[in-house]
Amino acid sequence: MLVSMLEALDERGPDSAGIAVYCDDAIGRESPGRPGCLKISLGSDDPVEWQEVARGLTTRLGAGVDWQPFGAGMVLSIPEDLEAEARTSLATNWPEIRVLATGRNVRVLKGVGRPTDTCARYGVADWAGYMAVAHTRMATESAVTVLHAHPFVPSRDLCVVHNGSFSNYATVRRRLVAAGVEFDSDNDSEVAARYLARRLAAGDDLDEAIRWVMKEMDGFFTLVISTADELSVVRDAFACKPAVVAVADGYVAVASEYRALAELPGIASATVFEPQPEEVYTWFR
Amino acid sequence: MVPLSCDALGVRAINHELRALPAGGTARVVHPRGRHNLAVGIPSPVSITVEGNAGYFLGGLSGAADGSGPHIVVDGFVGWSVGENLMGGSIRVRGSASQSAGSSARGGRIVIEGDASLRAGISLKGGTLAIAGDAGAMSGFMAQAGLILIGGDAGHGLGDSLYEAVIYVAGSIASLGADAVVQEMTDEDLLAVKELVQEAGFDHVDPTRVTKVGSARQLYHFSTHNHGAY
Repeated sequence: MLVSMLEALDERGPDSAGIAVYCDDAIGRESPGRPGCLKISLGSDDPVEWQEVARGLTTRLGAGVDWQPFGAGMVLSIPEDLEAEARTSLATNWPEIRVLATGRNVRVLKGVGRPTDTCARYGVADWAGYMAVAHTRMATESAVTVLHAHPFVPSRDLCVVHNGSFSNYATVRRRLVAAGVEFDSDNDSEVAARYLARRLAAGDDLDEAIRWVMKEMDGFFTLVISTADELSVVRDAFACKPAVVAVADGYVAVASEYRALAELPGIASATVFEPQPEEVYTWFR
Repeated sequence: MVPLSCDALGVRAINHELRALPAGGTARVVHPRGRHNLAVGIPSPVSITVEGNAGYFLGGLSGAADGSGPHIVVDGFVGWSVGENLMGGSIRVRGSASQSAGSSARGGRIVIEGDASLRAGISLKGGTLAIAGDAGAMSGFMAQAGLILIGGDAGHGLGDSLYEAVIYVAGSIASLGADAVVQEMTDEDLLAVKELVQEAGFDHVDPTRVTKVGSARQLYHFSTHNHGAY
C-alpha cells in the first residue's frame, strides 16, 4: 500500500525519500517481544561495508548484537542498556555512519534520488509491518543528503515527517542546543522533531507536545507524527500545506494528495476528508 | 462519445482531445483518480463529464472573455483551486471542493454541491461561486469582483480585505475579516440571489433570508491617522 502511495507522489519530492516501517518482527536470535531489545537503523552518505561494521560491533559490544541488512544500510538489534556504548563505538570507529532511528519497532531507510527507484532497489513492497510512514522530499531549506531526508526519529519509535517550512527554526534550534540537544543536520524539520521529543521526554502526552509545536514554531506545516502505537496528523493555522485522510475498513491512510490514496483497496467506500487547521487527529493501533 | 480514460492517457493528451472537440461536442473523462489539471484551458462551449474524483485546478483557465465556455460536471470531489482563473462557462462539482475554489475566476459559474474548504473565492475577479454547503476560513479573501453564495455556514475571517465582490451567506458567519461588513440587501441583491439559487438548484436556500457581506472600503486609501503604525 505504502509503495503505491509513494509512487503516486514521486514527482512531488524527487530529490530524496525516507521510509519508516513499524513491525513486531524479531531480528536474528531475538525472541519476539523479548524486552530489552533495541533496534538501531543505520545509514550513511558514503559507501560502507556493513558486514564489517556488524562484525566490529559484535567484537566490541559482545554476543548480544544481531543485525540484518536494511535498504542502503542495516538494522542492529542490541540489548537496550548497550545503546550509549553502541553509539560511542559507531561515532569513534565509523564516523561516516549515522543513526537514522532507534526503537523497539521502528526501522528507517533513507535514500537520495527518486522515491520510486528507492522502493524498487530495496524491495520495499515486500516489507511487512503494522504501520509505515514515507516522505518524498523537495528540499527548500537545507541540503539533499541521506541525513537531511525525513523521517526524523529523535527518540525511540517517535517518527516525524514534515511538509512545509518553519521560519523560526534557527531560534528554537539555538534554544535546544543550549539545553544540550544534539542535531544530525541543519534541517528545519529536524528542529520540530527534536522539540517534540523534548516535550514528550518532559512528560507531555503526544497531543500536548503537538500543541506546543503549534505554539512555539512558526511557519507552514503538515506534520505526520507516529509512535509505536499512535499516528497523528496536524496542519498549521492557515492550512497552507495539503493533507487528505482516508479512514477505510481496516486501515487509516494520510497523504498530501488524494492521488496517493486513489489506488488503495476499498477507497471508494472509505471516509475521505481533509484535516482542519490546528486540529490534532490521532489514531491508535 | 468516446470516454477518455486517465488509465490510458496522460493529462496532456486528454486535454488535447478536449480542446479539439467541436462546439457543442461532448466528452467523458473516466478513472480520473485525483489527477491534476484535468479540463484546463478548454475555450469552447462543449460538455465534459468527469466521472470520479479530480485533483487540483480542474477546469482552470477555461472559457472565453465573452463569458462563453465549457460546461463541466465532476461526479466526485475536487482538489485545490477548482476553476482557477475561469473565464466563462460553468463547472459543477457534485461532491466537495478543497481549498481556493474559484480563485481568481474572471467569469463563468462554479457550483459546489458539497462544502468548500479554506479561501474559497480568493481574489475572485468577476466570476460566480455558489457553494451549497459550508465554506472554510478566509473565504472571499481580497475578492475584487463577482459573487459568492454560501448555502451553509461561513468560517472565520469571511471577506477579509474585500474589494467589490459581494458575498451572500444563508447560514451563520463564524467571523468577518478586516474591512468586511454586513450590508443591507437591496432589490438587486435579492434578484441576483434568486437567480443564482435557481440556476444552482439550491432548494435549501431562501433568498429572502441570506446575509449580505461587502466591503466597508476603509482599506482602499491610506489614512493619515494611521501613519503612526508605519
